[in-house]
Amino acid sequence: MNKATNNACEGCEINKASNLKKLGINIDKSDYVVSLAGNPNTGKSTVFNALTGLKQHTGNWPGKTVTRAEGGYKYNNKKIKLVDLPGTYSLLSTSQDEEIARNFILFGKPDVTIIVVDASRLERNLNLVLQVLEITDKAVLCLNLMDEAKRLNIDIDVRTLSRDLGIPVVPTVARSKEGVSELLKTINDVATGEIKCKPYRIKSLPKNIHNAIEKLRLEIEEEFPNVPNSRWIALRLLDGDERIIEAVKTGEFISE
Amino acid sequence: MNTNKTLNTSNDLRWQIGEDFHDKLTEGIYSDAATIAQNSVHKKGVTKRFRFDRTLDKIVTHKIWGFPIMLLILSVVLWLTIVGANYPSGLLDDLLIGNIHPWLKSMSETLTLPNWLSGFLIDGVYLALAWVIAVMLPPMAIFFPLFTLLEDFGYLPRVAFNLDHLFKKSGAHGKQALTMSMGFGCNAAGVIATRIIDSPRERLIAIITNNFSLCNGRWPTQILIATIFIGALVPLNFAGAISTFAVISIALLGIFLTFVVSLFLSKTILKGEVSSFTLELPPYRPPRFWKTIYTSLIDRTLIVLWRACIFAAPAGAVIWLVCNIYIGDTTIANWIILNLDGFGLLIGLNGVILLAYIVAIPANEIVIPTILMLTVMSSSITGIGEGNGVMFELESMAATSEILKAGGWTLLTAVNLMLFSLLHNPCSTTIYTIYKETNSVKWTTIASVLPIILGFLVCFIITQVWRIVI
Repeated sequence: MNKATNNACEGCEINKASNLKKLGINIDKSDYVVSLAGNPNTGKSTVFNALTGLKQHTGNWPGKTVTRAEGGYKYNNKKIKLVDLPGTYSLLSTSQDEEIARNFILFGKPDVTIIVVDASRLERNLNLVLQVLEITDKAVLCLNLMDEAKRLNIDIDVRTLSRDLGIPVVPTVARSKEGVSELLKTINDVATGEIKCKPYRIKSLPKNIHNAIEKLRLEIEEEFPNVPNSRWIALRLLDGDERIIEAVKTGEFISE
Repeated sequence: MNTNKTLNTSNDLRWQIGEDFHDKLTEGIYSDAATIAQNSVHKKGVTKRFRFDRTLDKIVTHKIWGFPIMLLILSVVLWLTIVGANYPSGLLDDLLIGNIHPWLKSMSETLTLPNWLSGFLIDGVYLALAWVIAVMLPPMAIFFPLFTLLEDFGYLPRVAFNLDHLFKKSGAHGKQALTMSMGFGCNAAGVIATRIIDSPRERLIAIITNNFSLCNGRWPTQILIATIFIGALVPLNFAGAISTFAVISIALLGIFLTFVVSLFLSKTILKGEVSSFTLELPPYRPPRFWKTIYTSLIDRTLIVLWRACIFAAPAGAVIWLVCNIYIGDTTIANWIILNLDGFGLLIGLNGVILLAYIVAIPANEIVIPTILMLTVMSSSITGIGEGNGVMFELESMAATSEILKAGGWTLLTAVNLMLFSLLHNPCSTTIYTIYKETNSVKWTTIASVLPIILGFLVCFIITQVWRIVI
């Protein structure tokens, strides 16, 4: 297999130097905004460091990043601002770290959201993935910690996963920079619209709830024709989310 | 008008579908996630590695052994720090204070700088900086990398797991164990880390009690005083062990008080239900040794040291000034010390220590240098130092000990200083962080004043009991 040589190239600085320029925190004017979401302790900050060349402290415990960290890089002459969000298990509750993450994806409208998941704990991580996919259309799944999955004898069929979720899936080992250049290219392609995502929407819902969501969704779309995530707003309204109710009152997410 | 229509529809629909929307939605998400995972994930049996993680977890989170193991790890880290820091500290002291300081002095004489200027800059600002570096850099350069290695390995969540039920019993959130651990590095960082706690009530408890985690600015004080006074009680061979033991006792007292005060708060001003949460025990990961050493030196050690220096420089200037500006025939420092002495002695400390803590509000790191300097000046020991407001050289621990004893220090003073160093107001950075996080003057005040009241109380009681018994 040419796998070994591939990996060697990935880790090599010369390989990326042609396309990637790490910008650290120099992110004044950016062409695209990309956010990093994911469960705690899946290596978001490691991915962040690998892309920006910054040295955010990383640690092996859930909840290490509680603020938004920002950095930037340049790829194919496009300046990209990368925002590292706090790791969360869901976007449905009200703790402050979850709110920071959710509000950024919803109101910050990133051009691409990278969802970093722990390949060795995929099922549990998918809960958050599905919630993020309810909010945004443009997402990339970064299947991180592939080395750990391998050591645990877990095989993941990347193509099936990608087809099921309707978004590109990139396996990585961010620690040793494996898969990073593939990730960069995919982010770029999603941002430019070269790759179109058709994200999975939550299906296993009782009939009456499904109908209620549809009814409300259509009404929201009628009133705010440009809103990209009417279904998510419907979900949150039905859940009685104060912040979203407030946003509907003020029309926060349509002002652009 | 229009938007209200959407909200009205939403309200109607919420009535129709009933209260279990949230649960049904969560169920839906879980079941979809399970289906998708089933399609693409293939497991090939349980591996050795998984079994290794499980076995290790069974040991370190064992009901009985979990706590002794935690203690043992903490002891080893502290012992390495205490024993390892001694020698480089002495070297730095020798270099910065023993050699460079006299050289700077002679330079200033050659340049015929006025006395007040050379005193202000060299005896005030420079010596404060030199002291902070000599006292702080070696322990930090050992303590932080060790702590980071443990963190990278994945031990911290296990600590949280062990302490969870104790926090629950105290009416606090289990994740407070994590923020408490962060506090052992820096209280301001610990306060920010409380954002992982959902409920505002439990978050406030975590913020207010974070100060009971000995931060790295206070470790050196503990270590130095324990070495001088408590280590000296036993033969030299046991000195390191017994000082480690003393420092650990103080750290454990801090953890104990975290529980007591959490319980007190949750029974009085912060009543409420304990919320439940899931804590994931991440896999153990072999830490990348050199990289961890490098980043923890650059990211933590140097940044914390830099902060200490920024606060120490002006503090050095202030110390020199209060020692050299006279009101009538006494210096400002002497005047304050005399006035604080009565209260200080009542709680087993003295005016010097209290003044040092006032000067050191910006950064706890400079408490010890300030105390030494003020002690020499106020007890007018001759032959050491070079005049008022000079932070002088101390070739050895023994010399430090001589000065303190000449200043009227006893074992009781040392014990009380160690306790007071644990129990006093947070440093100004932490206070500011608490204000930013809570947005409330009331809670910031409570978080600042509560520990110092506790400190006065504990020192007072210890002193009175001590004087009766001994």
